[in-house]
Amino acid sequence: MKHIVKIITLLVAITALWIGLLEMSIIPHRYTWLLPIYFVVSLGCYGLLMVGVGLMQFPTCPQEAALLQQDIAEAKEFLKQKGLDVSSV
Amino acid sequence: MKNKYSVIIPTYNERLNIALIVYLVFKHIKGVDFEIIVVDDGSPDGTQDVVRQLQQVYGEDRILLRPRPKKLGLGTAYIHGLKHASGDFVVIMDADLSHHPKYLPSFIKKQQETGASIVTGTRYVKGGGVHGWNLMRKLTSRGANVLAQTLLWPGVSDLTGSFRLYKKSVLEDIITQVVSKGYVFQMEMIVRASRKGYHIEEVPITFVDRVFGSSKLGGSEIVEYLKGLAYLLVTT
Repeated sequence: MKHIVKIITLLVAITALWIGLLEMSIIPHRYTWLLPIYFVVSLGCYGLLMVGVGLMQFPTCPQEAALLQQDIAEAKEFLKQKGLDVSSV
Repeated sequence: MKNKYSVIIPTYNERLNIALIVYLVFKHIKGVDFEIIVVDDGSPDGTQDVVRQLQQVYGEDRILLRPRPKKLGLGTAYIHGLKHASGDFVVIMDADLSHHPKYLPSFIKKQQETGASIVTGTRYVKGGGVHGWNLMRKLTSRGANVLAQTLLWPGVSDLTGSFRLYKKSVLEDIITQVVSKGYVFQMEMIVRASRKGYHIEEVPITFVDRVFGSSKLGGSEIVEYLKGLAYLLVTT
C-alpha cells in the first residue's frame, strides 16, 4: 500500500470518529464542532515542539573538528614520506 | 567466512581529500578484507593522478580507479562503482572528510552483531553530532527531519545521511528503483529499503562540515526536498 493511502486511511478513520461523535452527541455539539481545529492546532504544536526540542538538543561535536585536523596532519606527513604530491594545482 | 567490503567513494576535484581519506581508511580497518573504489567524474584538478599514486603505495587490487568522462550524478556514480565491486558488502561515503573512516569498524561490527542488510550512520543520536552548522542550517535540518518523520514513518532517525553500509545484493536491488537526485537520493534509498522490509540498523557518526567551500542549502534545495517528500509519499 502506498504511504499516502495509509495516511488518507488514518485521516478518514479520524473523520469517521468525529462524525460518530457528532451524531451520537455524547459530548455537547458546540465542543465536538471545535475538535478538528484542536486537532490541527495540536498537530502544529507537536511539529513546533519537536523542532524546538531537536534544536535545543542538537548534538554538536566541536572536539571532532580538532581531532580531524590532527588526523589530516598525520595523513599529510605519511603521504609526504611516500612521495605523494597532493598540493592543489 | 570472512566478508569482503567494497568502499565506493565518488569524487570530483578531491585531490587532497581522496589521499587523506584513503590513508585513514587503511589506518582504521587494517585487519579487514576491503577494496576502495574511486569513481571520479573527470576532475580537472588531477584527482585521478593522485589515485594512481595511491595505487602504487597500497596496490592496484586495494584501490580501484573507475573514472567516468564527466559529471554524471551521484546515483549513477554508485551504480558505476557497484559494477566493479567484488565485496559482499558495500560502504558508500563522501570524499570530503565530513565522513570519518574511523567509524567504519562500528558499521562492520553492528552489521555482524545484528545481521542487518543496511547500517546507516546517524548524526542525531547520542554519540553522534554535527560541527560547523549555523543556527539556520540546524533549524532547516530539524524542520525537514520532523516533517519527514511525521509524513513518511521511515523507521530511521537520519534520512539524508549518506554514510552507509549495504549488503551488496540489497544495494543492487534498491538502487535501480531510485530516481531522485542530490540528497533526496539518500532519503529515497533508505525509505525504499525500509518499505521493502530490509533490516536497517543505525550507528552514531559525527559530521564535520567541510572546512573549505560552503555547503549549499538555499531555497531551491528546500523546494527539491519538499518535492522529494511528496514523491515518496505517493510512490512508496
